[in-house]
Amino acid sequence: MKKLIDWIDQRTGMQGLLHEVLFERIPGGARWRYVWGSTLSFCFLVQILTGVVLWMAYSPSANSAWESVYYIQHEMTGGWFLRGLHHFVAQAMHVLLVLHLLQVIIDGAYKAPREVNYWFGVVLLMLTLGLGLTGYLLPWDQKGFGATKVATSLIGIVPLVGPSLQKLVVGGSDYGHHTLTRFFALHAGVLPGLMIAAIAAHVALFRKHGITAKQPYRKPEANFWPDQVLMDGVACLAVLASVVYLTVRHHGAELHAPADPTQPFNAARPEWYFLFLFEFLKLDFLTQWFGHQGELVGAIVIPGVVMGILAGMPFIGGWRLGHRFNLGFLGVVLVGAVLLTVKSLRSDAANPGFQAAVIQAQTDADRMVTLIQANGGIPRDGAVALLNQDPATVGPRLFAQHCASCHRYGGHDGLGVVSAEAPSAPDLRGFGSAVWLRGLLNPEQITNGFYYGGTKFRTGKMARYVQEKLPALKAKDPAAMASMIEAVVAEADLPANRAGLAARTPQIEAGRVHVSTTFGCTDCHAFRKADEDATAPTLTGWGSRAWMVRLISDPTHADFYGKRNDRMPSYLKDGRLSEREIGLIVDWIREDTAPGAWLKPVGVSK
Amino acid sequence: MDATQDSGAQPRRRFLAEAAAGAVGACCVGVPLASGLVAWLDPLSKASGSGDWIQVASLSSVPTDGTPVRVTVVTGKSDAWTRDAAVPVGVVYLRRTAPAQVVALHSVCPHAGCFVDYQTDRRAFFCPCHDSTFAVDGSINDPRSPSPRPMDTLTVEVRGEAVWLRFQNFRSGIPAKVALT
Ligand code: HEM
Ligand code: FES
Repeated sequence: MKKLIDWIDQRTGMQGLLHEVLFERIPGGARWRYVWGSTLSFCFLVQILTGVVLWMAYSPSANSAWESVYYIQHEMTGGWFLRGLHHFVAQAMHVLLVLHLLQVIIDGAYKAPREVNYWFGVVLLMLTLGLGLTGYLLPWDQKGFGATKVATSLIGIVPLVGPSLQKLVVGGSDYGHHTLTRFFALHAGVLPGLMIAAIAAHVALFRKHGITAKQPYRKPEANFWPDQVLMDGVACLAVLASVVYLTVRHHGAELHAPADPTQPFNAARPEWYFLFLFEFLKLDFLTQWFGHQGELVGAIVIPGVVMGILAGMPFIGGWRLGHRFNLGFLGVVLVGAVLLTVKSLRSDAANPGFQAAVIQAQTDADRMVTLIQANGGIPRDGAVALLNQDPATVGPRLFAQHCASCHRYGGHDGLGVVSAEAPSAPDLRGFGSAVWLRGLLNPEQITNGFYYGGTKFRTGKMARYVQEKLPALKAKDPAAMASMIEAVVAEADLPANRAGLAARTPQIEAGRVHVSTTFGCTDCHAFRKADEDATAPTLTGWGSRAWMVRLISDPTHADFYGKRNDRMPSYLKDGRLSEREIGLIVDWIREDTAPGAWLKPVGVSK
Repeated sequence: MDATQDSGAQPRRRFLAEAAAGAVGACCVGVPLASGLVAWLDPLSKASGSGDWIQVASLSSVPTDGTPVRVTVVTGKSDAWTRDAAVPVGVVYLRRTAPAQVVALHSVCPHAGCFVDYQTDRRAFFCPCHDSTFAVDGSINDPRSPSPRPMDTLTVEVRGEAVWLRFQNFRSGIPAKVALT
């Protein structure tokens, strides 16, 4: 063994190198405050290890990036853990960088003769920020896409070269395949390469100048090995333990639904360590002082000046009171960043629109997984195409966009946003169900806004019938009332109502008779046969898919409101919605959204 | 000539050797570097290909009371190696200003490119990123909005029952409305 080591040493000088590494002198002995640099190197190593394996499963293109990350997260053995490590170590690095920078400035380790080494540190800081920024886009999910769009459009405001630079970064005028290939080449190639070079220079210069020992010395001078190595090791272990804890707790990194630029995304935020910059752009003074140039100042000039001062600190530190200035400046920047971050988090927490969007994003992400699993995989068109066929996802979006200016769904707009305005048309949650119908036929409920909202029908014939005639009829024969409701609800054929249908058939059949006899509904409505004189919407097929699609397509049709239609647009006739879109809204309202009802898995023979 | 003589004794020869070494080196590094650079700069030579007339909606689908509707603009588009006959390229808000007159507002925020949302109950546009707000006609209605300009309008033409527009994207963050090329 000894011979082998000697043989290698003679040809490589390995032992000398090792000796130099381990027996670096530390005046004043090992201390915890020196561990930050080592923890950062450790993190970078973890990022390379996890990153390379992620790379082996990642596919950068607009219709495969999200899909491949989905596969890592949900299908690969240990994939979520690997991704989680990469995600949380990236976050840890930003915290550690700040601690490292603080230690360097406080201890005065940035001053001559270590200026160049300090600049390598600043470069490493920027490279890490760059890796965080480029990495955030790679999953191509809603949040990464939205946040990166903001970042790249800020590049465009740089005077003169901005637009060209933006085009080069984005890989064209618009986001697409080449945005991902370029970001990925930066993320996994260029930036880590530069980082390795900068770390090598940083460490070499550190060795050359030795450690800046903190005065007063507490212990006699010691070697790097073993005390400092042990402390560094313990610190790295602590970082690892925190990261593993976060990874397990969050089951890896979050993966939102795939990016869809046609959908508003009201929860677009950058990663938390960029949040202060994001919030900074909201500050009033930018527009008040700099007017139209506010954004240039806020996004480019001020951050540029701060970075400039940071880089200039070795010089400033040489002046009288310079060190104090540096300390104060760094303190102000850090406290400011923390305050802005807190402000941003608090304003989002107090913003119902943001909160609804976060919940919606989570719902979409979960739904996406359900659909992919029901389909046995992602179709070649990609995940967004699958999501866009889903009534549970698209239905409420279309409802919010086209219907919620008058209707409500359980009090909100379908996507959870509650309007301050009173609805002017019925709340459609549960439409076609017995509960919904019983409420409509309840004299106390019919005019409460849930049913007729602010339409003229609120004081119309139906409302009067329910209030004046129906209570007596119901009191006389409650069983007839119950079977009448069963009969009408049976028309809707809601999926939720299909169980036990056979057992209710006699009641339904009796109810059908009551509709026209006992209750006289057919005085105004048609029911199960043509009725030329009907003046109210037909009850034949009431609440069924076909009935609802027809009604939404054209409420002015004689089978529905005819000439007495109150403001409801003819969605199909006017070209506002396609028949497919109307069907998606209807399926969602009817809660007919089980993937089995519309998904036809490819190549699965049953 | 003495073969062992230091070439430094002959300044002219030495200069030639230095120049040649420099040229050979520059060539060896320069050719691959330039070949990479040229390909890397490729996006600059590609136009966005936007600005064509696209039919986006029927006139009757735009409410007569002036409420904006959100419409996805669908047209043929190339993305590097992919060509689609019909894909969404953007989203606009259409608003009727006269019986046969429609205005189109781009949904991308002129501040930093987020998706501007129309809020029915406030009857105003709102950008969820840095809280820019715009009136229904797209003008800035709160002086604290960080957006440097109103929402961008697009050229619209009503042809019979159909609404057509020329779809373009614009640079964000600057006071002037400049189309991205
Ligand atoms: C300091 C170094 C690095 C940092 C700070 C960093 C940061 C990030 C971040 C924030 C993400 C997004 C993950 C998410 O939250 O979804 C990411 C993704 C990714 N990174 Fe890195 N990264 C680093 C180094 C590397 C290296 C060296 C490689 C490859 C050699 C790599 C490969 C990847 C890949 C393939 C993804 C996409 C997979 C995913 O999003 O889960 N990274 N990185
Ligand atoms: S992107 Fe709209 S306000 Fe900033």
